[in-house]
Amino acid sequence: MVLQWGFDGMLVLALLWLAWRALRSPDLFTAIVLFIAFGLVMALAWVRLQAPDVALAEAAIGAGLTGALLLAALARLNDLDDRINDDQPMGTEKK
Amino acid sequence: MRAADHSWLSLASRWVLLLLLSALAVGLGYAVLCLSSQAPGLGERVAENIETSGVSNPVTAVLLNFRGYDTLLEMGVLLVALLGVWSLGSIPEQCESPPPGPVLNMLPRLLVPVLILVAGYLLWVGAYAPGGAFQAGSVLGAAGVLLLLAGWCPDVRLVGLPLRIVLAAGLGMFFTVGMVLILVGRQLLEYPPALAGTLILLIEAAATLSIGITLAALFLGGRPDKERLRRRFSH
Repeated sequence: MVLQWGFDGMLVLALLWLAWRALRSPDLFTAIVLFIAFGLVMALAWVRLQAPDVALAEAAIGAGLTGALLLAALARLNDLDDRINDDQPMGTEKK
Repeated sequence: MRAADHSWLSLASRWVLLLLLSALAVGLGYAVLCLSSQAPGLGERVAENIETSGVSNPVTAVLLNFRGYDTLLEMGVLLVALLGVWSLGSIPEQCESPPPGPVLNMLPRLLVPVLILVAGYLLWVGAYAPGGAFQAGSVLGAAGVLLLLAGWCPDVRLVGLPLRIVLAAGLGMFFTVGMVLILVGRQLLEYPPALAGTLILLIEAAATLSIGITLAALFLGGRPDKERLRRRFSH
């Protein structure tokens, strides 16, 4: 009983901590990795709430695929930034 | 002077925000505390009617039978999301990335067959245990993402009509079954109990394929461009 309460309490604290860190992180890559970790801990929380269906969906879609999509979007954003910087003619840098 | 004004404004707006958020938190807390502790819920009605649904897992029964309409619309949302991504442009250049390292080269060869098997298992087991079309579809989508990461690009011949047919198959199958049931004289998605299990499996199989390919196509991040793929293969 005490063990279960302790585990649940740790889950709640970990979720709040991960959510806060993901929101406050200035680095987007760190934020995405924290978001994926949040999804995995959330899946554990769904298992503890006896909702294995939701846990499966959370782990597969919430953590896995959304994380992959966010990372792909970040890679494209970085590519776009690089291209904009490359395309800038030399003269405009004086401004 | 102006900077001072600005900082004063931002400080004031922060306090207003804090006040509003506190009011919202108090309101939400009050609403939660006002809820009756014993909400009746619909669990008992689902349990009573589970015999007629064609499956024994209550979650699948609700998603595909009792509230099949919602799932039909969800398939539509997924398709519209992909159309939105496609309308933004074709595949970015970075798809044509350098060949991956030996680990990423070998991993998909080992994992993709296992992932396809797991997807099939989740689809089948959804009738009587946790699982179902969305979980199976996302596992299939993960296999697609892994293949794309390893530098695999879809074949030119598959990119046109075949890809579109598979993407629309889930929604199409759902819609066809619903329409046929209406023509037979029932309500939309009101399965005859004897056929319910088969119809649900049929819809879920098409939906799994569609969801998996849609998620992989979302990861690709653009409309597959036939010309560019052809140029790439001719090199």
